[in-house]
Amino acid sequence: MDHRQRRFGCLLMSPALVLIVLFLVLPIVLSVITSLQIDNPFVPRRFIGLGNYARLLSDEVARGTLGFTLLFVGASVALELVAGIALALMMHQSLRARGLVRAAILIPWAIPTVVTAVMWKYMCNDQYGLFNLLLYGGRIEFYQAWLAQPTTARLAIILADVWKTAPFVALLLLAGLQAVPDELHEAARIDGAGPGRRFFGITLPLLRPAILIALLFRTMDALRVFDLVYVMTQGAPGDATNVLQFYGYQKTFPEQQYGYGAAVSVVVFLLIAILGLMAVRGVGTRLFAREGE
Amino acid sequence: MSGRQDLSSRQDHRRAEQVDLGRWATGLLIALAVLVSLGPFLWILVTSLKSPAQIGARPPAWLPELDLSFYRAVFGQHDFGRYALNSAIVATATTLVAVLFGALAAYPLARLRMPGRRWLLGLVLGASMFPQIAIVGGVYRLLMRAGLLNTYPGLVLPYTALTLPLAIWILASFFREIPRDLEDAARVDGCGPATTLFKVFLPVAAPAVATAAILVFVYAWNEFFFALLIMTDPARQTLPVGVAQFPGEHEVPWGDLAAAAVVATLPLVALVLILQRRIVSGLTAGAIKG
Repeated sequence: MDHRQRRFGCLLMSPALVLIVLFLVLPIVLSVITSLQIDNPFVPRRFIGLGNYARLLSDEVARGTLGFTLLFVGASVALELVAGIALALMMHQSLRARGLVRAAILIPWAIPTVVTAVMWKYMCNDQYGLFNLLLYGGRIEFYQAWLAQPTTARLAIILADVWKTAPFVALLLLAGLQAVPDELHEAARIDGAGPGRRFFGITLPLLRPAILIALLFRTMDALRVFDLVYVMTQGAPGDATNVLQFYGYQKTFPEQQYGYGAAVSVVVFLLIAILGLMAVRGVGTRLFAREGE
Repeated sequence: MSGRQDLSSRQDHRRAEQVDLGRWATGLLIALAVLVSLGPFLWILVTSLKSPAQIGARPPAWLPELDLSFYRAVFGQHDFGRYALNSAIVATATTLVAVLFGALAAYPLARLRMPGRRWLLGLVLGASMFPQIAIVGGVYRLLMRAGLLNTYPGLVLPYTALTLPLAIWILASFFREIPRDLEDAARVDGCGPATTLFKVFLPVAAPAVATAAILVFVYAWNEFFFALLIMTDPARQTLPVGVAQFPGEHEVPWGDLAAAAVVATLPLVALVLILQRRIVSGLTAGAIKG
């Protein structure tokens, strides 16, 4: 019976596994192989070991790109957590607020990232943008091209990401909040703990697992940022808003430096994989604990 | 129990004042959160409904003239009807395949004694976090060999692979909660594992199937990276690619683009608002079980 069950299980899993291997695992292996080669239309293809990676180390643009990617990840994930906690607390407070806020924040979540990027690009527009209208009203001589300046362009991309993904964090955390027993708050209130003490003493510690999971998912996802940069700035001005995935895309597709582009892509993959493995050792043991039963 | 009620009633007066002030502050914050969430979308909606004469006004007008000429341009000269059709076909096909294969895989992962299934689930989940740039080259070559570039299956197959982990995760966490008795009863009635899955499990798991289906659909409708590189033929492009590569030589045609953005978004926003309960339960599935 056990043996038959196992064979039946493998049979059921095979369509999913075949697709995952063909379209996720195999391509990664191919990328690693390509990253060890000189592969472009201008010279014959050959293996060069870690040559592409050595070139990456001395590539100023790549270093700047890594820098902004990390800045983007740090800033947007931190802001998303703060906004997410605030939104989750609001939704937790009252049922009416929950329905209203949930419906409202699901809209940014559902909107295609490309459309989000178009919206934010238009809001940042130097002539017709909402930000200029809100800040300067009719005084059009003050209107600025927000995406043409490095600092504001970076800020715009970070804020667009926060706007789009804080809802996801909020919903995760709301689920965590609902798991905190009300009796604990009641008891603390009776003991005279104010709202601040209750938040930092009870809510936050009990919310820790949910926060860690949100942090993990968002960090891994933010490292892959692409759509926002593609639509809003194409990495400009200069390479101020260039990010790893976009740099890899530039090298691979428009510039046809397949080997070098693959090396960039492997670096992104490794960053995410290392983070994921670290997380699985920490948070994940709890996440997967139920599997082992 | 009654002692505690006494204690809390003594503090009721002081709390009432706090609550009153707190309620005002909370209300204000909620209004702000709703405004910030909806603002950007409302602004693009307003823009799309302006008239060609109104769009160039500086400072920009707050209220539109409710002119539909940008929408006519989007469906006329820009052919967004075709993009919408392509998006609908690709997203629907991806949803059907991913949910079917996902249910098949989730059942043994949740229920049968499979060797190393914990490992497998980890791999499946990790796979969904692969950066697209590291996969797209291999996928492209594979599809080229198979002659599937610029075809619907060429997009549906990788989308299915990318969304399967999520579908499996949602379905497996739901399957685990279904009481064992149900299976035992089916076995006593002489059902094999296959009959048990299709006749007993899937009907019971209908809510989870719906949740997985919505999340997969939203992903496939919104995906940009693969669509950009695999569908280079304009006749096969999907809405996100149409929006991102909107033609405009020197000046971006903002009115047309705004209307295009609304067209790409509105069906999804409607779907999401109707099905919000299922989506929220899907996004949080498994995540809080730790």
